[in-house]
Amino acid sequence: MFDILKGPILAIQEFYLLTGRALRNVGRKPHYGDDVKLQMDALGFGAIPIVVLTGAFSGAVMSLQMGRALQQYGQTGRTGTVVSIILVRELGPVLASLMVAGRNASGIASELGSMKVTEQIDAMRALGTDPIQKLVTPRMLAMAIMLPCLTVIDDFVGMIGGWLIGKLIYDLDFLQYWSQTWRALAWSDVVQGLLKPFIFSFVISLIGCFFGLRASGGTQGVGRATTQAMVMASVAVLVLDLFLGLIFVPYSGF
Amino acid sequence: MAETGESLLRFENVTVRFGDTVALDNMSFDVRTGETRILLGAAGSGKTVLLKTSMGLNTASGGKIFLFDEDVTRMPEKQLFEIRRKIGMLFQESALFDSMTVAQNVAYPLLTKEALNPPKKRMPRDQMEATVRDSLRFVELEQTMVKYPSELSGGMRRRAAIARAVVTKPPLLLYDSPTAGLDPITAHTIMALIIKERDVDNTTALVVTHRYQDGNLVANFRYNPKSGRLDPAAGIEGSGTGNNTIFMVLKEGRLVFEGKQKELEASSDSYVSKFVKRPEKEAA
Repeated sequence: MFDILKGPILAIQEFYLLTGRALRNVGRKPHYGDDVKLQMDALGFGAIPIVVLTGAFSGAVMSLQMGRALQQYGQTGRTGTVVSIILVRELGPVLASLMVAGRNASGIASELGSMKVTEQIDAMRALGTDPIQKLVTPRMLAMAIMLPCLTVIDDFVGMIGGWLIGKLIYDLDFLQYWSQTWRALAWSDVVQGLLKPFIFSFVISLIGCFFGLRASGGTQGVGRATTQAMVMASVAVLVLDLFLGLIFVPYSGF
Repeated sequence: MAETGESLLRFENVTVRFGDTVALDNMSFDVRTGETRILLGAAGSGKTVLLKTSMGLNTASGGKIFLFDEDVTRMPEKQLFEIRRKIGMLFQESALFDSMTVAQNVAYPLLTKEALNPPKKRMPRDQMEATVRDSLRFVELEQTMVKYPSELSGGMRRRAAIARAVVTKPPLLLYDSPTAGLDPITAHTIMALIIKERDVDNTTALVVTHRYQDGNLVANFRYNPKSGRLDPAAGIEGSGTGNNTIFMVLKEGRLVFEGKQKELEASSDSYVSKFVKRPEKEAA
């Protein structure tokens, strides 16, 4: 009966081992600084368009719905406050991370998976390089640096999107909207809003690497690894978001 | 004839299992300096597993593996990296890194080796470039330095992979099915390169193949540096490659034959003789 659990438990154990090795390698030589920069470009800068679009539309939709709800109480002027708090604390980090998880976890899994099935990972080991140090650690570091940056972009563009809708539909004043958004934010919101993507970044990159490195069975295996990585990374972001929320909310002044 | 010397790769009753499947069953052999071992076997007989186990890429379930007289059976991966740098390996599908150019691929083992040295003691860039160029010239691929592996044909990729395997001049070379999936002309070119490497750098090699004619070439031909071609070994003074070429036959994970070419040809074992008779049938 317990045989069914063997597979998942083994996978969790392997994931933790990979995480441990990737983190341990941060301080070990040789360092692959060029690979970190390369991955920052591929995983970070490459994701800017998708994050900008997500941010703009999520901010706009929020402004549209919240403006209508607040209108009932004659508080349309508070739209900026609501948009700002929800974006910075919750939607910005989660939506940016979900989009990045969809783009990068699958990208990493397919790249490493292809390398695995074409023996490139074995070749790397045979040539005396630790694949975790060369492939996993640079991706993990690049994501840890870039995802909080992408979240800031997402938040800011979301606020612009919110203002555009506020101006067009509810005729909100420019200064009123932006002063509301600025004043609504406390340091705890900003810390929470940046800490979340920082934590999510590890989960996304490591899940992508984990499924990529255990891919087997040719191109079909790579496809399977890609799908699994994307699904698992997205679910992990949502589940972690709840747990982080449970930790953060009691300390956020509400 | 070069005297066979120290042990470079030794298997002592090695068994490799994947779940319930036994991939290698109680294997024992010893590759010594100056030898070229030809490992024959049908698809799925455990040839690739044997090569990967030799380098510690697979873990042995039982027995002991020695590389350069050091027990590597339970050696941690970190320590294994150092020993692996002394071995050149050609993978079945070349395994060149897609994201790098041919020159970068060939330079990779050098960079890995040099990265461990302090910055001031590292090989100068121009010297590294010259070494990479020499290695690519060796396989006659100098013109493809800036190309990516995807732009090369199968045979060229195999040649570039040979250049990568030999660039650090390792004392031991492992070739995994170097001629698999290639046309006869390209296959001959690849084998000629393996023989050239053996005769120019005096390397010890383990060649895994399913074609007897590959082993036949290694055992009976030598590289002639003057003409740049292969000549029958018997016609060249000081030849005797046949004595240093040892054949091994693998059947379902078990070693069923180990010996010289003559013994192989005289074998009455039906499985072993199937490999030997193939070229005669083809010739007929």
